Amino acid sequence: MSLALSEEQELLRNTAREFIAEHSPVKELRRLRDSNDPVGFSRELWSQMAELGWAGIVLPEEHGGADLGYAELGIVLEECGRTLAATPLFSTLLLGANALLLAGDGTQRKEILARVAKGEAILALALQEGAHHAPYQVATRAEASRDGYKLTGKKTFVQDGHVADQTVVVARVSGKPGERDGLALFLVPKNARGLQVTRTVMVDGRNAAQLQLDGVEVDRSAAIGTVGRGADVLDPVLDRATIGLCAETLGTVAEAFERTVSYLKTRKQFGVAIGSFQALKHRAAVMFTEVELSRSIVLDALRAIDEKRPDVPLLASVAKARLSDTAFLVGNEAVQMHGGIGVTDEEEIGLFLKRARVAELTLGDAAYHRARFAALSGF
Amino acid sequence: MENPDTFRADVAKWLEENCPPSMRKPMGSEEEANWGGRRKQYANPEEKLWLDRMAARGWTCPTWPKEYGGGGLTAAQARVLADELRKIRARPPLISFGITMLGPVLLEYGNEEQKREHLPKIVRGEIRWCQGYSEPGAGSDLAGLQTRAEDKGDHYLVNGQKIWTSYANYADWIFCLVRTDPNAAKHDGISFLLFDMESPGVSVSPIKLISGSSPFCQTFFQDVKVPKKNLVGVKNGGWTIAKKLLQHEREMIGGMGFGLAASGGGATMEQLAKEYCGDDSGRIADPVIRSEVVQHLMDQRVFATTVRRSVEEAKAGQGPGAASSMFKLYGTEMNKRRYELLVKILGSQALGWEGSGFSPRELATTREWLRSKGNSIEGGTSEVQLNIIAKRVLGLPD
Repeated sequence: MSLALSEEQELLRNTAREFIAEHSPVKELRRLRDSNDPVGFSRELWSQMAELGWAGIVLPEEHGGADLGYAELGIVLEECGRTLAATPLFSTLLLGANALLLAGDGTQRKEILARVAKGEAILALALQEGAHHAPYQVATRAEASRDGYKLTGKKTFVQDGHVADQTVVVARVSGKPGERDGLALFLVPKNARGLQVTRTVMVDGRNAAQLQLDGVEVDRSAAIGTVGRGADVLDPVLDRATIGLCAETLGTVAEAFERTVSYLKTRKQFGVAIGSFQALKHRAAVMFTEVELSRSIVLDALRAIDEKRPDVPLLASVAKARLSDTAFLVGNEAVQMHGGIGVTDEEEIGLFLKRARVAELTLGDAAYHRARFAALSGF
Repeated sequence: MENPDTFRADVAKWLEENCPPSMRKPMGSEEEANWGGRRKQYANPEEKLWLDRMAARGWTCPTWPKEYGGGGLTAAQARVLADELRKIRARPPLISFGITMLGPVLLEYGNEEQKREHLPKIVRGEIRWCQGYSEPGAGSDLAGLQTRAEDKGDHYLVNGQKIWTSYANYADWIFCLVRTDPNAAKHDGISFLLFDMESPGVSVSPIKLISGSSPFCQTFFQDVKVPKKNLVGVKNGGWTIAKKLLQHEREMIGGMGFGLAASGGGATMEQLAKEYCGDDSGRIADPVIRSEVVQHLMDQRVFATTVRRSVEEAKAGQGPGAASSMFKLYGTEMNKRRYELLVKILGSQALGWEGSGFSPRELATTREWLRSKGNSIEGGTSEVQLNIIAKRVLGLPD
């Protein structure tokens, strides 16, 4: 598949850009943040996005989805990234729905995916337990009980966990934290007894929650895929979500970069535009190169999912390492080049830095993905 | 238009029958690629045969028009040819600055007589060209060049000095930037001249580099007579041609970094890292080196993907433009990082100069590392490329 956008994809991009600029500009994120909105995104906007077919863009038609590819989903995510749009697309579609799509049984898929596509069900994935992404580092226990399992443990950094109708919880039925074997994924409804959800206010104004599971009881039918072989589901879900997150991050860094270049052209000091200073020009050109390289690998990684290529895991790590580094560079440089105004809350560029840093650490930073790449490559 | 599958099958069949066996294996470190030229000594008759057969079809310059000796292939067909050559690991039958730099410029700016005279000889590898651009006082400030060409009625009289003239000591002809109007603004008084390196008054002396070799020369012109028909384009209008040619050069050097990085010379970087830094049950034992090797492999992959995207976007009429500066910048900087990392991996075994104690591969790496330092200087420094991106792509003010 060509890395150049097709006419249909260009059309989608234009539609997405217009829609998001109108309904979810950066000031919308600020509004949500400043009003301490309990949901953290606009349910109305999410319904509209569902009407456009985006909530189930990669889901099959039988579940009410648009049956398009990741190439298309990536376009929507990139545009969302440009305005820092707060939506549950990442948590619901990329994390939650993907787990069901890849390993859910008929009932799970039938009951939940159609509601996702309609924008009615919000999903989340509760995986992380420590301060760093380490997918097998799971201590949360799942003990077999009479009818199913009892879940006990703590989860952190669960995006949209505070509003999710159902959360996919990763727990361990055997083995020790760090081991790949022994994991299992369970669908836990929000009103489950023994589940305590605390929303955490994050630096980017978006949503994450901490989950406390005190013997939460779930039926056997709540398991997604084979109990004990949860990593076989988790790995491809994380690959897809990682690549999707990279597409969103690409939008964020591209926008922050473009805003910075236009600031360099208009802001005057010493009687001239600051963009005439070579010290800034060269750094801007380096950023341009990094953003272009990042775009190439994101486009290729999205297409790799659609083409079912065997190198998806490797590409997910190449893309995430790259985008993490680019987000770090561009986020920091954008603020520095905006000077004093760049560190004020009033100027929007700071919001891009904050979002870039959250994206960098979500699902593993560059160091994590370099180590993973080496392990996957056998050295 | 011919069916693409038929074309591919025909190409494969022809290559199978015509590419000599010795031209289907990687070159040894002491072998040199075929640059052609009047003074080319063929160590191996198959090397000559391979060139002649490919040149007869115009496939040394596959996309050039047939009337000038080229292959007359479309870009898509040329890619098929390149694919098929790669499949049988064929050596390039000919590489030259004529193919990568002068030819495209002559096709665009040369007159009919110049095209008919020079292009077929480039295709056949009869004439080896060198580039007379840089001068001692004008490196990055290329337009500051001083070599002058005075109009003497039926000829130009050329006087001056060039530097960094790659392989001038092996070249037959030179394409050269000269000042034809010393009173005009510096970009407006430059012309583009072609002349024979055997013309009286031309002399060449190689420059030894820190790597110990001397691909570059200083070239001197003293009262060199150049026929007027050898002026390409219009008099004093050479800067436009010069810029276009630099773009071809940047693409070539950027692509070279990529090609080198892809070749690897036998062992992969991760194998070398295990060998020299320790192997911990299949893992590179040193975690820092391991991470740096990964980072480099990722850079290569991302760069290759970007080159591919650029081609595909250009076909679709999209893309960022001025990509050649980005590729020159990134390709050469990446190549330098590659050699720095190799030196780090080989440790003191990367510091040998000659004699015993070092393998040929180690000695070659040392010299390639030093040679790579020139990559981000030749063909426009990295700083010049950054300026071009800032100005032409980002539109930042002067």
